Amino acid sequence: MTVAAMQTQVPLAGFVGDVIKQLGDAVNEVHQCTERRGIARIDPARTVEVARKMIAMDGSRLATATGIDVRDGIDVLYHWAIEPQGVVVTLKVLAARPEMEVESIANVVTGANWIEREMHDLLGANFRNHPDMRRLILDDSWPEGVYPLRKDFDQVVDRPPLPPNQTPPDVNTQGEGGRR
Amino acid sequence: MSHRSVVNIGPFHPLQEEAEFFQLYVDGETVVDVDVRISYNHRGIEKLDESKTFDQVPFVVERVCGICSASHPLAYVQAVEEIAHVQVPERALYLRTIVNELERIHSHMLWVGLAGHFLGYNTVFMWAWKYRELSMDALEVATGSRVNYANCKIGGVRRDMSDDLLAYIDKCSADLVGPLEMLTKAVLDDPVLHARLKKVGILTPRDAKLYGATGPTARGSGVPIDVRRDDPYAAYDRVDWSVITAPAGDVFSKAVVRLLECFEAVKIIRQCIKDIPGGEIDAKVEAIPPGEGVGHVEAPRGETFHYVRADGSNRPVRHKVRAPSFNNIPTFKASCIGLQIPDVAITLASVDPCYSCTERMCVVADAQTHKPIYNFAELVRLSQRKTEQMRKKW
Amino acid sequence: MALKMWALRKSLWVYHVNAGACNNCDIEVLELLTPRYDIERFGMILVGSPRHADVLAVTGVCTRQAMPRVQEVYMQTAKPCVVMAVGSCALAQGIFTEAYHMGPTVDQAIKAVDPNAIILYVPGCPPKPEAMIDAAVKGMELLKTL
Repeated sequence: MTVAAMQTQVPLAGFVGDVIKQLGDAVNEVHQCTERRGIARIDPARTVEVARKMIAMDGSRLATATGIDVRDGIDVLYHWAIEPQGVVVTLKVLAARPEMEVESIANVVTGANWIEREMHDLLGANFRNHPDMRRLILDDSWPEGVYPLRKDFDQVVDRPPLPPNQTPPDVNTQGEGGRR
Repeated sequence: MSHRSVVNIGPFHPLQEEAEFFQLYVDGETVVDVDVRISYNHRGIEKLDESKTFDQVPFVVERVCGICSASHPLAYVQAVEEIAHVQVPERALYLRTIVNELERIHSHMLWVGLAGHFLGYNTVFMWAWKYRELSMDALEVATGSRVNYANCKIGGVRRDMSDDLLAYIDKCSADLVGPLEMLTKAVLDDPVLHARLKKVGILTPRDAKLYGATGPTARGSGVPIDVRRDDPYAAYDRVDWSVITAPAGDVFSKAVVRLLECFEAVKIIRQCIKDIPGGEIDAKVEAIPPGEGVGHVEAPRGETFHYVRADGSNRPVRHKVRAPSFNNIPTFKASCIGLQIPDVAITLASVDPCYSCTERMCVVADAQTHKPIYNFAELVRLSQRKTEQMRKKW
Repeated sequence: MALKMWALRKSLWVYHVNAGACNNCDIEVLELLTPRYDIERFGMILVGSPRHADVLAVTGVCTRQAMPRVQEVYMQTAKPCVVMAVGSCALAQGIFTEAYHMGPTVDQAIKAVDPNAIILYVPGCPPKPEAMIDAAVKGMELLKTL
């Protein structure tokens, strides 16, 4: 994807506008720029560079990230909060099909570690160079490759089989078998 | 020769309400690393919400966590109100504030009690929970239930409060000040607690920022962030109150922040009751247009963050729920390193982990033999014993 | 046998298990210890190990991850014991029945390892502490008849 000059469909004004402007031409589109909220789509190849700029800002922190199963892939939305201005700037990065992969920002922003693991578990988004991509939120018996938050997963019908029942150490668990 | 060991804490313990499995790697007596296994409380709420209508979702998300049961629905309805550009009536804003501040008091007093138990001050546990009942009574009178208030809806609140009810809540809040002062003095004036809690479990401001920590976990490190002041919602910008911070970043600072926040909460509640305007409690919202919205509120543990995407139908396309503990718990990696084992229990508790919000687990074991060394009950006993030993020295 | 049942009737020791709960029921269970409700006046205390317990107070839906642990805890508990399923989630998974991470219900999970398990159901979301005390007292009455 070529890095085009920043196209704005909304005018960039106020503090939120300044924040988005600082990201320069890594921004492909701007969807919203109001007094306290900004939404912009950034170039997936520039994810880490943008994360570095955002975390370097005074009073910024990564609030969380949302993954959404969309037609073109997994849309990863990084929600940045900046205080005391009290703004939330959402930066969208598309992890396009079929690889569904973007560069992880967990090496730059420690707080992204768990949330990227969660998005991997639930949506199958891949984060290149994530320091510790282990299962986080689904149980030990949940099969690989089954992503519950995808739109083609039905939460009732598509549930994987349950883990096996625990077997008692001795067969007889009834009656007065137990000692106090 | 020192070797790395892992200590198991969990998964079940009577005073940890939730199942969690902490993994602490120790070298001799010193913690060198922490890991957490979560999943025990994962119920798949985000997916469940996609099958509910917008109006049904508040009833689901208030059961994300019972202790911050008012914060999740409020964050959600604020996100949806942002999408639909709803103007919430003034009276509703005040009513929302009253319930959320009462919840803050009950949650912080709950924490003070648990922390007291971990340190071996069982009297603090009993007294904190006894006086907490005042806030529970106020909540029951205000909303009909001690927990799970079901008071928020998109556009306002579901139930009004009569002047009698408001007077009763005002009385409960005023009556709380005495016990809060007693508990605060018990913490601030006890030299053993100073010795136990100061310089323990320190989280630096830099780490607080990198991990995205919020709430008393961040404010206890001197980071002055509070959603109520920075991005005001409900009636917080219409009343007079202060953000409480403490600079040291240790368990003591976090305890002080929580206790002092209770006094601010009482101040906010009493001002709201005095200033509450009349009028509607509900803006009639017909349909939610396509769009995206973000709602965040300052829950007792930190910032609760909800993101909602709507596509014009009557169900959310995507609802992201991020509870404060999801960002606060990983800070253990920074604050637990270098701790001695008896200090682990109280450091883990200092973040006020709400596992249902995060649905998580934790364990400590021997790195070489993988044998469990201590379970959580034993860690709590170690912590209580350390306090005993310190008290004997005084 | 008679001596054991007599001892059981006098004071019940309770072990609390969280099988994936939102905490509401859990803090209401803890409230029972505190001065206002004070179950210690009935001789009931919360213990730190299932091996000492007469009553397993289970809260939560029993998620997939919690299921093996709940079964293990039940098996470790000395018999006879009573399982108190506290709250709508422990009864029938409450509002979460359709969610993908659900295991079996608490009673199915326990009956899978012990078909003769005694289970008391305490409805509510969460049940009031008074309801839990009522259930515990009814449990004691039930045990007398066994």
